[in-house]
Amino acid sequence: MDINVTLKVWRQNGPNDKGDFKEYQINKVSTDSSFLEMMDMLNNQLIENGEDPIAFDHDCREGICGMCSMYINGRPHGPGDGITTCQLHMRSFKDGDTIYIEPWRATAFPIIKDLMVDRTAFDKIMQAGGFVSVNTGSAQDANNIPVRKEDADEAFKAAACIGCGACVAACKNASAMLFTSAKVSQLALLPQGQTEATERALNMVAEMDAQGFGACTNTGACMAECPKEISLEHIARLNREYMAASLTSRD
Amino acid sequence: MASLKESLTSSVGRKYVMGLTGLFLIVFLLVHLSGNFTLLLKDGTAFNTYAHFMKENLLIKLSEVILFGGFLLHIIQGLMLTAKNKAARAVNYQVAHKHDKVDWTSKAMSALGMILLIFLIIHLYDFFRFKYFVADPQMTADGTMIDLHGIVRHEFSEGGLEGIFHLAVYTLGMAAVSFHLWHGFQSTFQSLGLRHPKYTPFIQGLGKLYAVVVPAAFVAIPYIIKFTAEAH
Amino acid sequence: MALDSKIPKGSIDKKWSQYKSEIKLVNPANKRHINVIVVGTGLAGGAAAASLGEMGYNVKAFCFQDSPRRAHSIAAQGGINAAKNYQNDGDSVYRLFYDTIKGGDYRAREANVHRLAEVSRNIIDQCVAQGVPFAREYGGYLDNRSFGGVQVKRTFYAKGQTGQQLLLGAYSALSRQIAAKTVTMYNRHEMLDVVIVDGKARGIIARNLITGEIERHSAHAVVLATGGYGNVFFLSTNAMGSNVSAAWKAHRKGAYFANPCYTQIHPTCLPRSGDHQSKLTLMSESLRNDGRIWVPKKKEDAEAIQQGKKNANDIPEEDRDFYLERRYPAFGNLVPRDVASRAAKERCDAGYGVNQTGEAVYLDFGYAIKRMGKDAIEAKYGNLFQMYEKIADENPYELPMKIYPAVHYTMGGVWVDYDLMTTVPGLYCAGEANFSDHGANRLGASALMQGLADGYFVLPYTIGNYLADEIRTGTIPTDSPEFDKAEAEVKGTIDKLMNNNGTKPVDYFHKLLGSEMWEKCGMARNAEGLKSAIEEIQKIRKDFWANVKIPGSANAMNPELEKALRVADFLELGELMCRDALMREESCGGHFREEHQTEEGEALRHDDKFAFVGAWEFKGTDSEPTLHKEELVYENVEMKQRSYK
Repeated sequence: MDINVTLKVWRQNGPNDKGDFKEYQINKVSTDSSFLEMMDMLNNQLIENGEDPIAFDHDCREGICGMCSMYINGRPHGPGDGITTCQLHMRSFKDGDTIYIEPWRATAFPIIKDLMVDRTAFDKIMQAGGFVSVNTGSAQDANNIPVRKEDADEAFKAAACIGCGACVAACKNASAMLFTSAKVSQLALLPQGQTEATERALNMVAEMDAQGFGACTNTGACMAECPKEISLEHIARLNREYMAASLTSRD
Repeated sequence: MASLKESLTSSVGRKYVMGLTGLFLIVFLLVHLSGNFTLLLKDGTAFNTYAHFMKENLLIKLSEVILFGGFLLHIIQGLMLTAKNKAARAVNYQVAHKHDKVDWTSKAMSALGMILLIFLIIHLYDFFRFKYFVADPQMTADGTMIDLHGIVRHEFSEGGLEGIFHLAVYTLGMAAVSFHLWHGFQSTFQSLGLRHPKYTPFIQGLGKLYAVVVPAAFVAIPYIIKFTAEAH
Repeated sequence: MALDSKIPKGSIDKKWSQYKSEIKLVNPANKRHINVIVVGTGLAGGAAAASLGEMGYNVKAFCFQDSPRRAHSIAAQGGINAAKNYQNDGDSVYRLFYDTIKGGDYRAREANVHRLAEVSRNIIDQCVAQGVPFAREYGGYLDNRSFGGVQVKRTFYAKGQTGQQLLLGAYSALSRQIAAKTVTMYNRHEMLDVVIVDGKARGIIARNLITGEIERHSAHAVVLATGGYGNVFFLSTNAMGSNVSAAWKAHRKGAYFANPCYTQIHPTCLPRSGDHQSKLTLMSESLRNDGRIWVPKKKEDAEAIQQGKKNANDIPEEDRDFYLERRYPAFGNLVPRDVASRAAKERCDAGYGVNQTGEAVYLDFGYAIKRMGKDAIEAKYGNLFQMYEKIADENPYELPMKIYPAVHYTMGGVWVDYDLMTTVPGLYCAGEANFSDHGANRLGASALMQGLADGYFVLPYTIGNYLADEIRTGTIPTDSPEFDKAEAEVKGTIDKLMNNNGTKPVDYFHKLLGSEMWEKCGMARNAEGLKSAIEEIQKIRKDFWANVKIPGSANAMNPELEKALRVADFLELGELMCRDALMREESCGGHFREEHQTEEGEALRHDDKFAFVGAWEFKGTDSEPTLHKEELVYENVEMKQRSYK
């Protein structure tokens, strides 16, 4: 089936440009096509009309790379739970619908162009401690340390984070707590992560604050919008880790 | 590495302070409520004695400082967090975020907090009016007892606009307390990292119960006074 | 130039350890003064950049994505092989080596594959130490599954997200080095050329994708870990940005390109739903364990289905053609990937396809549900069924799934020797971008293994052997005539595209190229088709340069320009793939020539004539490339013809 929709797309030339909605009409969109394929159609239409196509991030188009990032009708990744923008299909819309598309909005995610934002703040948080300091080649046999299955499974659930930033986009405080806690939690659950647990919790939170993200007020909007449905439990674990780290660190 | 000061002023540290003071204030509400119940007694002795005790006891004076500090910390940290959080999104969305699973009270905590602050100022004004402007809540200069119990009951049960105003302010204040607690109760536990799949549902349930029952009890007292006063 | 694969002497199981103990080393004080550029931050590139940084080299890492964590390695689902023998089922380095050689249809280099099998064990140790949450058993030890039809359980996995977890492990190691300042990260940068000074790779020209600025970066060695080129087909399971440009620029500068025609086509992907389709999605092959594949026997039924007048449940049992079970009674629905793929295309080309595009076959779980119950199927395939329903909007518990083959992996790539060095000294190539370990076909769960083997355990050693001679070179200046020239060329290409004043968007040409490749250089190829494809591609290429339209400016974020630069390279690569396929007059692995099949329609290898690596030397865009042959010698494995009857 084909539908016609009106799009109100946020256009902004750079981080310092003011930006505004621009209206586009797009017709004969197959309901089988994905939202991004509809955007491809629109862009090709714009190019053929001599207009500037809309810049947006996307890559794998199967919901795993975390690159796509559109705020559609008041929701990161649009209507539907547990999906990324690239997994949203046009069958979620009706003929004649008006669809508002905005970029992720957060001070820590400056807009590059149109719907494309700079998420290197996430990389910076990871660089502050989102790793185990083990050099290549120095690892012992993988089965030397058994890990409780329940812990391994929980760690996996935290590690499923794709770093898309929907949590920040959804949070009224633009907080990166779900993102940060997912990594802290993953490594806190595994024996391999214990040695550096104190430094990790303190440093990653400090970097998160330095990048200008807000604080968590436990609204749960992040979990509701997370395409990988990462739980608030990890934020609680980060809070515990951080408290223990604050109290026990020597300086 | 972070010093304790850095830890306490980080976004997570500030949330501990919010959580700890929040929990403290939650407990205080119960204490406050138990005192209020004595207002319901027709005989003012209990309430007046209680008020006198509150005024004179050293331990109470000490707890008052702690309580005041707790309020202050909770409010100041709240304001600072709100400022930080607003700065984290300098440009707002044109279409506001909406999701069924996100409760509006959780998003309105700072607004509800502001309402509570205004209520608190009015409430404290009333409180201090009697506590300090009158030399002794039970004794006036000429040696007659001031019946604080009677005064409070009168405030709520007097006819005309003034009585309605007092009731309305009080009711609105308690509604704000209720909504604030609706999210705040379980949120204190989350901020302190106290979350577990087995216990958290219970805490969340208890929090909602508390958020309804305690403010409702607070509000019920003046209404009971008003309607029982009118009855005779 | 004669090809020297530099395979060390000695018995196969001693070569690598012998090599490691004999190569030259760079002392720690000197490493600081040596710069290495790594392009691509997937499993191979991310692991290499992190490891080189740990060793003390000065590393610059580049990726076109907004973060190194997004490389397409992240999308690999199934798992990673390692010869750990944790399951006590008789696995060994030799067995993994043997299975890989056999799986590659005897077109891979023995020494490389044996090394891969050896280091596979270290990979698992390394990843677990990094905190990669592999699946575990109740006792807390690592779990394994059997994958890709091998007889042992040697595949480690993390649900259906193994690639993601391994990549995030490499990304975390890389992040640690970025924080330690041994690695400088250049996100949103695309390499547009390699710079060669005095015959050695000495740097790259890169475009900052945000500002459009053209930058020069010099180094003592350059590593390309830029992935495969499946997107030459337009539709593939690759990410939208996956491209051949880095490898192709290297090829143009003298690196030979080996076996470009070896393409893996995966049989169980979601079919195309219409012309809007931008990419294809893979579903785990494990579905074939319980699903039965069929199309209608009667053409009128197929047509009714294509027009939406009938659905699968309207076709009675006796009118269903279980063509795999019919043609291959012994293996049935479990025939290898290429056999299953070709059979599906054969039925659809004959007009029996079962969706609106006519390019889909049924994968039916109705029988398995009857046999085992819905709950059992849900427990086994629940998340795959969910994924299918999300995309196709049909309930696979009630209606059979529709599947169709799609391009998934490219075994060919830049030719490298045992050291992973290309024919350009100082230019290395790792991971899917090189040709080295999978021969003509790749085994399931081996791609992740190779990427990490190259990145963590091979390249960091072998590159030292070259860099040991560079300790006196000093910093490489970027104001040399060679850099000037390379930059001028890049700018010239960009200017040409920007000022073209054409009328058609890039996708238009990419789709034309893709359909040409799919039809004539896809699952089944023949001389006539390939010859016509070469001509057609040349025409498309001309048309592209005359009529492509790039809006906007080159000095700003411009995704259309990025696409155009990539498609320009695909338009040259596509021709080379067809030439390679035309040259290889046999069928092997992911390359099937219709003229070379057994009476039963099976792939027919000609080991006497084609047991070699075909490495092509670039001679100019419109000139014929020169073929160089690296003979493959099998001293440890006997070459056999496979049979699935």
